[in-house]
Amino acid sequence: MSALINALSTRELAEIDDEISHAPYRSAVAIDALKIVQAHRGWVSDESIKALATYLEMSAAELDSIATFYNLIYRRPVGDKVILFCDSVSCWIRGCAKLEQHIGDRLGIKRGETTADNRYTLLPVPCLGACDKAPVMMVGDDLHENLTADSIDAILADDSTSRGEHD
Amino acid sequence: MPTIYIDGQAHEVSEGDNLLQAALGLGLDLPYFCWHPAMGSIGACRQCAVLQYQDEDDTRGRIVMGCMTPVTEGARFSLAADRAQAFREDIIESLMLNHPHDCPVCAEGGECHLQDMTVMVGHRDREYQGRKNTHRNQHLGPLIHHEMNRCITCYRCTRYYRDYAGGTDLAAMASHDHVYFGRHEEGVLESEFAGNLVEVCPTGVFTDKSLVHDYTRKWDLQSAPSVCTACSVGCNIMPGERYGKLKRIHNRFNHDVNGYFLCDRGRFGGHFVNSEDRIPAVGKRDGDGRFSAVDADSAVSSIAALLRQGKTIGIGSPRSSVEANYLLRELVGAENYCTGMSAQEGALVQHALQQLEQSQALVPSIRAMESADAVLVLGEDVTNTAPRIALALRQSVRNKAYAMAADLRLEAWQDAAIRNLAQDQRSPLSVLSVAATRLDDVASHTAQLCPDDIARVGFAIAAELEGALPAVDLGAELAELAKTIADTLRSADIPLVVSGTGCGHSGILDASAAIARALTGPDRPAQLSFCLAECNSLGAALVADGAGMGLEEVLELAAQDGIDNLLILENDLFRRTSCSKADSLFQAAGNVVLLDTLTTPTCDNADWVLPTSSFAETEGTLISQEGRAQRHFPVFNSVAPIRENWRWLLDIGHCAEVATCKSMVHFDDVTTSCANTIKTLFGICAAAPAASSVPAADKVPRQTHRFSGRTAMRANISVHEPRQPTDEESPLSFTMEGHSAEHNGALLPYVWSPGWNSNQSLHKYQSAVGGALQGGTAGTRLIEPGDIDAAQESSGSTAPALNAGEYRLVPLYRIFGSEEMSVRAPAVAQLCRPAGLEMPASVAAELGVSNGDGVTLTATTGNVDLEVTINDSLAANCVGYSHGVSGTGGLVPGSATKLCRAENWQRAPELIGTDRGATTA
Ligand code: SF4
Ligand code: SF4
Ligand code: FES
Ligand code: FES
Repeated sequence: MSALINALSTRELAEIDDEISHAPYRSAVAIDALKIVQAHRGWVSDESIKALATYLEMSAAELDSIATFYNLIYRRPVGDKVILFCDSVSCWIRGCAKLEQHIGDRLGIKRGETTADNRYTLLPVPCLGACDKAPVMMVGDDLHENLTADSIDAILADDSTSRGEHD
Repeated sequence: MPTIYIDGQAHEVSEGDNLLQAALGLGLDLPYFCWHPAMGSIGACRQCAVLQYQDEDDTRGRIVMGCMTPVTEGARFSLAADRAQAFREDIIESLMLNHPHDCPVCAEGGECHLQDMTVMVGHRDREYQGRKNTHRNQHLGPLIHHEMNRCITCYRCTRYYRDYAGGTDLAAMASHDHVYFGRHEEGVLESEFAGNLVEVCPTGVFTDKSLVHDYTRKWDLQSAPSVCTACSVGCNIMPGERYGKLKRIHNRFNHDVNGYFLCDRGRFGGHFVNSEDRIPAVGKRDGDGRFSAVDADSAVSSIAALLRQGKTIGIGSPRSSVEANYLLRELVGAENYCTGMSAQEGALVQHALQQLEQSQALVPSIRAMESADAVLVLGEDVTNTAPRIALALRQSVRNKAYAMAADLRLEAWQDAAIRNLAQDQRSPLSVLSVAATRLDDVASHTAQLCPDDIARVGFAIAAELEGALPAVDLGAELAELAKTIADTLRSADIPLVVSGTGCGHSGILDASAAIARALTGPDRPAQLSFCLAECNSLGAALVADGAGMGLEEVLELAAQDGIDNLLILENDLFRRTSCSKADSLFQAAGNVVLLDTLTTPTCDNADWVLPTSSFAETEGTLISQEGRAQRHFPVFNSVAPIRENWRWLLDIGHCAEVATCKSMVHFDDVTTSCANTIKTLFGICAAAPAASSVPAADKVPRQTHRFSGRTAMRANISVHEPRQPTDEESPLSFTMEGHSAEHNGALLPYVWSPGWNSNQSLHKYQSAVGGALQGGTAGTRLIEPGDIDAAQESSGSTAPALNAGEYRLVPLYRIFGSEEMSVRAPAVAQLCRPAGLEMPASVAAELGVSNGDGVTLTATTGNVDLEVTINDSLAANCVGYSHGVSGTGGLVPGSATKLCRAENWQRAPELIGTDRGATTA
């Protein structure tokens, strides 16, 4: 058991413990714990599921059924940033299909794929709750509204320079 | 009884039912998937849609789910309305979007509920043009095959596996149109009851792996009503055969015993019948020690001649039928009959029997156990000794939930609502055991104690209940535990005590009986149940009729004056005593005659070997731990020279001119003679109808009305179709012709009804949906509550004291491994591990050993080397050996043993890389 728990970092454990302190029982924080692990690692691996399940006193199957239920818990590695591209009604009416094609062409990936340099993963999402500014997408934590092919180019260019600064 | 209207017709239905149950009960065909009679309704699949009308004037109606709609007085429904029918057809169409239509290669085909429901709604043409989702299947172990593409997402599997059976390693993954039912990763399903998925899943997702690999369609199977022989519970089964091979075992519904479910030992363990280790011929050992095949009839007369000459001791068997044991007893004389159990075990079974006979407590059926609202398990690892009982106890803890539901006037079938309401509130279940058990997760109180302490706490509970001072000084902690457990039992309406011979400790039986006695009151039907070792432990003890030697007595006799002949009925003595003792017995005996089905070490020591039919090829009566006499019938005939055990013995008896055998010709004659000779077995004739009770023309057919290839299946041997064998011994026939409805409940060979080809057709055979069979519940109970329940003298402690450096040797049981025959089924064998010795870390530290090391165990019967496994849940100073696993035959439960690190022990090689995939069968 201890070997498995070590698969979670001290910081992850501290954050999970904090959630547990507000919960009636350990497995009640399953979703938060998955989000914590994902925040630290970008995604949730099989090893993380097992370690987390042990820590939360539930079975790996139970935890995995929760993890796989939610589209935004990634059970496979994703790029540094996930592009959540809305393809629901309002955005569809406002021509998101073409824009998706545009992103795909620029980055050389289709939905569900990650760029070769591991920068971006493109995922469709059903409505980001910003229909009045459709079409919209999120790149990492940032929401981008009223998208056009040009604005998308600018966003991606911007993103890579800002990243360059950090590198 | 409310009156409801279905399509204008008035019907009286049972109060509290839902419309689906009611409709099925009325014989109407309403399709469904997610509802299950033992698991209730959740309204998930939407297949049982009907129209419900507000009142007489409402002509539109609205769609409701039959399984979620209670029947109330005057309620009006339509099953036949176009709108309802169209809705149901659409549901099937949508459920089938991703279905691969692979019926021809699906093991469920021909007995598939999805096929039946698809035909029932009239959905024929697939409009869907899109891509189908496909899934990767998982390797789930040697027992169950997985084919996820066939799933219709009814959720029955996870509801059964997790909610009903308590498994944690199967779950619904993902969402939308790619829901997946499987494990977190590939691997053997952990639940001991996983095999029921095969029958619970209405499609071909979960199927029986050995059937998949050696396939026969249901309609081509020859089946008969049978009884599981893998433990003392006696679940009812329907084995299916073709080409002389057992193909699969399905559950045979018995309202009071197994209901809808079996355990995996029973479902998959029966395949030993096809083993290559079957004894094929009558063997006689030559001077040079080799067996040669001899003619059966001459063997019978030679053996009969032996019997007439000298003193013969008959060693019976708790895994053979009452009839076979009785015939053996008649052949050798009651005073020369040994039950085939060790003296210790024989005495325990006799003791258990006495306690049950005298107790005023009810010996409960499994169904009765499920109704208990407080349970104490004393010293028995039921999951591994009497598995089906563990599944029942898991249901008993839900009575709290049902009580809460009743307060809110929620019907018991409102499954999701009731689980939500109760959350983890459960009725009390206390488990006192030598090591942690698989029921602990739903237990309210658990403690791991040595057998003596289990008995002592038991007596303290009894004393507490009787208001007496605790008879034993326990120490504060255990005294408190005893008091708490006593409180849970005292405040229950139906308290149940489950114990057994598992610990090999008579004090535990006494303590259980004392608790049951203290609980029994005029308005409180306390229940007392003992798990025993084998399928006919009780039967063998009853045949002994209060006498009956234990094996040790036979040993003594042999040592003193020698024995001329030893006649052994289906018993491997090396499992019951040490090698050295068994060897000395065989040396002291002049002639050893063995009747058995598979080769065993005992076989190697016999002078004569007579091959006997397996349970699937013979009739026999078994007495379960409930005291229920049940009959199993041959599914198929064994190939000569193999004969039924009773027939060999009767043939020998005739030849030796044994007086009682003279009047017996048929199996039923043996049963009747036994019933008339042994008072306590008087009831056994009622276990099932006799052959003569059914006129030849009305015999129950073992083959289905669609049985195919009868004229062709032997064409590779001969193009001439042989006559169908006749069956003079039972009310069943080896044909497809004959009377097949309204059987006696004990005579049900398979279930099948027009339009209902799957096992879901069972409701057509039930008096009420989910209720007893129309033909009555199979079997007859022999033990009913006694009127005087005298307190028994009991020492409480029966174990020898531990000296310094000694440890208490306790038996640990394995569902796959502890039972003799099931481990010889190839699939089950894959799940068995070699014998080992489990010990707490403290003991391992004292000995300087760790996991995988060897220890030498010094027993009175010689030294044994076993592999160490650390099990920190074991009671202090206890070490547990794998009972029933080869190599542990001479170990005595409860004895004091010395241990040391084994010299020259070879650790098993450790697996570094994984060869997953290479082993997936
Ligand atoms: S696997 Fe079978 S039981 Fe489970 S949801 Fe699918 S069809 Fe239903
Ligand atoms: S509980 Fe016992 S009788 Fe029932 S199926 Fe399992 S082994 Fe057979
Ligand atoms: S539809 Fe795109 S944000 Fe709502
Ligand atoms: S059976 Fe009624 S909704 Fe599934």
